[in-house]
Amino acid sequence: MRSSLAAVVALARRHRSLTILIGWALVGALLPMIVLIPPFSTFQGQGLWIGGFANAGVFILLALGLNIVVGQAGLLDLGYAAFFAIGSYAYAFGASSFTGLHVPFWPMLLIGALAAATFGVLLGAPTLRLRGDYLAIVTLGFGEIVPAVFLNADKYTRGTNGIGGVAQPELPIIGKFTFSDSLPFYVTMVVILALVMVFIYRLQESRLGRAWQAIREDELAASSAGVNTITTKLLAFALGASTAGFAGVFNASKLGIVSPDQFGFAVSFTVLAMVVLGGMGNAWGVAVGAFTLYMIQSVLLKQLNQFFGGLHIPVLQNIDFVQYQFLLYGLALVGMMLLRPEGLFPSRRRQQELHGDADTVDGAGPTAETSDALADR
Amino acid sequence: MTADAAGVTLDADTAPAADLILRARQVTKRFGGLTAVYDVNLDIARGSIVSLIGPNGAGKTTFFNVIVGIIDPTSGHVSIGGRRLVGRPSRAWLEPVVWIAPATVVAVLTALAWFVTGSPEVAAGGSVIALFALAAMFLAAIIRPHSYVRLLSRNGVFRSAKPNEMVNAGIGRTFQNIRLFANMTALENVLVGMHSKLAASPLDALLSTSRARSEEAAAEQRALQLLSTVGLGGRGSVVARNLPYGDQRRLEVARALASEPSLLLLDEPTAGMNPQETETMMALIKKLRLDLGLSVLLIEHDMRVVMGVSDRISVLDHGELIAEGTPEEIRRDPKVIEAYLGKPPER
Amino acid sequence: MRTDGRRVLRITASVAGALLVAYVVLGVQQFQNFLTLGAIYALVALGYTMVYGIIELINFAHGDVFMVGAFASMWIMTVPLGLADRPIEDPIRLAGVLLIVVVATMLLMGTIGVIIERFAYRPLRHAPRLAPLITAIGVSFILQNIIQAVFSPSPIGVPQVFPRVKIDLLGGSIGVLNIFMVIVALALMLGLQLFVGRTRLGRAMRSTAQDRQAAELMGVDINQTIAITFLIAAALAGAAGVIQGLYFGSIQFNLGFFAGLKAFTAAVLGGIGNTTGAAIGGFVIAFIEVLAAQLGFSRWSEVAVFTVLILVLVFRPSGILGQALGERA
Repeated sequence: MRSSLAAVVALARRHRSLTILIGWALVGALLPMIVLIPPFSTFQGQGLWIGGFANAGVFILLALGLNIVVGQAGLLDLGYAAFFAIGSYAYAFGASSFTGLHVPFWPMLLIGALAAATFGVLLGAPTLRLRGDYLAIVTLGFGEIVPAVFLNADKYTRGTNGIGGVAQPELPIIGKFTFSDSLPFYVTMVVILALVMVFIYRLQESRLGRAWQAIREDELAASSAGVNTITTKLLAFALGASTAGFAGVFNASKLGIVSPDQFGFAVSFTVLAMVVLGGMGNAWGVAVGAFTLYMIQSVLLKQLNQFFGGLHIPVLQNIDFVQYQFLLYGLALVGMMLLRPEGLFPSRRRQQELHGDADTVDGAGPTAETSDALADR
Repeated sequence: MTADAAGVTLDADTAPAADLILRARQVTKRFGGLTAVYDVNLDIARGSIVSLIGPNGAGKTTFFNVIVGIIDPTSGHVSIGGRRLVGRPSRAWLEPVVWIAPATVVAVLTALAWFVTGSPEVAAGGSVIALFALAAMFLAAIIRPHSYVRLLSRNGVFRSAKPNEMVNAGIGRTFQNIRLFANMTALENVLVGMHSKLAASPLDALLSTSRARSEEAAAEQRALQLLSTVGLGGRGSVVARNLPYGDQRRLEVARALASEPSLLLLDEPTAGMNPQETETMMALIKKLRLDLGLSVLLIEHDMRVVMGVSDRISVLDHGELIAEGTPEEIRRDPKVIEAYLGKPPER
Repeated sequence: MRTDGRRVLRITASVAGALLVAYVVLGVQQFQNFLTLGAIYALVALGYTMVYGIIELINFAHGDVFMVGAFASMWIMTVPLGLADRPIEDPIRLAGVLLIVVVATMLLMGTIGVIIERFAYRPLRHAPRLAPLITAIGVSFILQNIIQAVFSPSPIGVPQVFPRVKIDLLGGSIGVLNIFMVIVALALMLGLQLFVGRTRLGRAMRSTAQDRQAAELMGVDINQTIAITFLIAAALAGAAGVIQGLYFGSIQFNLGFFAGLKAFTAAVLGGIGNTTGAAIGGFVIAFIEVLAAQLGFSRWSEVAVFTVLILVLVFRPSGILGQALGERA
């Protein structure tokens, strides 16, 4: 029994991409079935669940993209929602009654990703040579500017009202996707996620993935080993941004409307919380973290409201749990950093990094200085 | 300053330079009022082992950092393999951009102000200022005062090559206080060192092309080979931070070798080692020169190592070169003995 | 130190000149706004710059500490002091009330600052850089949500105890409230400079900022020094919170986010780690914001400020003053 399991694991290792695809196919097929079983079936109907899963997919995609930037390259990006916004607006400009253009969904998926990546490069090129925490602030500022521009340039974006009438995808056999049936959106999302995950694993194990990790550990040493730190970081930034662009295009077409309030700091913060909770660097962990957090916020908190609202307990029945999701995120982030900084499902590496001092071999002498400062030189 | 468009300047007197791997000329570095390195010349012939020694605070590390492109020299230049990489007019094409930059900024601001206020006086005044700025920059470019040159170097026009460009030029280095990628395995550390030699693009990796896969496999083979060269055979899967101290130092050498350098810079490679580990390291350095034809620049405190492996030795004191010669010559040089006052060069 | 006299004279002259320019450009009404906003941003920016100077952490929660300060002052005025929303005409009573409010808020906020440092940042002092940054963001959200839960998600009025008296100055009339605020801000900044420059604890702070290990070896209590830095930073943010409440009259749980970002921009503009620079940067940012509003671009003022931030970071990361004055605190 054990040996056959080991054989399966070894096989999975060797055919990583295939394993990921099969994994997503299984997850994608099982999720809609699970919700037919109580207690899930009591919360909401299957259609609502599937719609919710598709929305969760958007956040999983965002989290996977941010994970490239934060988890793999070690760059703190606090304005990630900006790229999400750029992708969304790119699609709204390209395929809505507002502009009168009607580029199909599938090429727009790429165009939106490219647009987001372009802005990622434009922002990153001058700022990536700054130290990490400056970068965090610059991205935070960028994350505020982008929605503000979409909000204020109302001549081109209809300001607060947002751009409505955004087109839905179309496929030869299924025809046009509709708002009433989320299943096509859900399937599309699962396919996108499976492909993105395959790509992420391939990159992670390539020369580029090694360079990201090297930079994260010691930028000067990486540079002295021949890694061009600027272009490598820029690639992480661009790839992260383009993933957000994908998510933006998908989200815009699923909601049918794009408005600036969808891209506030709360989105960047939520996605960051997902990455941190899931375990920085580990794509599967991040995906699970994102899915769990999204489900907690969209289903569980509402259920708690109904539950306590029905119980007539003096204090609890008046609390709006949904309102406090960010308090929960905040507490989770702080608690996580203090108690289990590697996340719930850490990658092997991060665990070593964050609990490093514990397993240094005795007498190993001074270990590598990982500070990025050149103070000692 | 002679500059060509490619950003690479060949030295004028190339006659003996052909067999020199490194050529430092009149390198000076000042930190504020302190002169850390003053007017230092250093030549390293191909295939030789050269040591740089000197008492603490003699400017060895500063000089070393100038050579590897971490610190820009105040003046002087360094050529590697005949290409000037430090103190070079690296982006000479940028200079005209610097000329017109202030005028452009003024012009743009003027246009904005004109657009907002709508008053032609503003536009006229702004244009005059812009023209004045342009004229002033041209004047400065012709006269080339010190402040102008400083402005250029601050904007990267006279930038030295960055560490990764140094690697491409054929330099590999180690660090005085080991800087391995502590959470990566020994094998991965060496693979990162090979980064500049691998050609697979991110797109290759995404599509997992046969090119990417065969390259990865070959790289792994070579990395394992390098590990056994430095005596770490069979330890490829050990995470770097768990290696013993001496092995960590040797792993750094392997990582430096991975980029196939022609010149290896070792910053105190035996610091903190016990006598036995030191012996191994000395043997390794000699072997590298013999097997790979490497040139080596060694910065070292341990006189036994320096005298044991060097072909030539340069001695720095108070930032200046006070002696240069074979180990025998240095051993007898009165200035060197004086610099190490009370501490004869051989223990 | 011997050239102190000349330096003070030079600084005074340039400050006066800059103020005059601002006055001429902005006009009386906007000039008052500029002074008040500048005082607020400068006080908050000092907190960013001090904390960064000493532990190299961008304390994302600092803007929210400022926000909590505004709510704390509102609470102190309404609950323990029981003030109603009407001006206090008796100058002596007014002075007493203001003194109590400012001092109590600063003490309370200082305590909160120390608590945050002790529990959220100190355990992570040797962790990878990313960890305390993420924690700081978490703390920021926790503070916002606590205030939202305790008070209200919608804006809350602050008792307007200060009479709207104006005095004639330079051909226009300026509210006494504005003058009071600027004087409070300047007094606090001067006090900070004296504290950092002349006292034993200030010396400990400077040495810790320069080289923590060396300071520790010289017998400086690092934990205490860092705690005091957080205490002062939070207390200054508290004072800024008082000003915010008194001047704008209404406060909301999310006001710390943008104010914090702008104050951080001010700190970067002045050269992070440089206290004088932070103060000047605060006024520069206020000037940009007020000017944008005056030119009819008030909706774009935030975009303008962040553009300034990005430009400064890209072209002159050491800030306008950089380390030139060497006043790392």
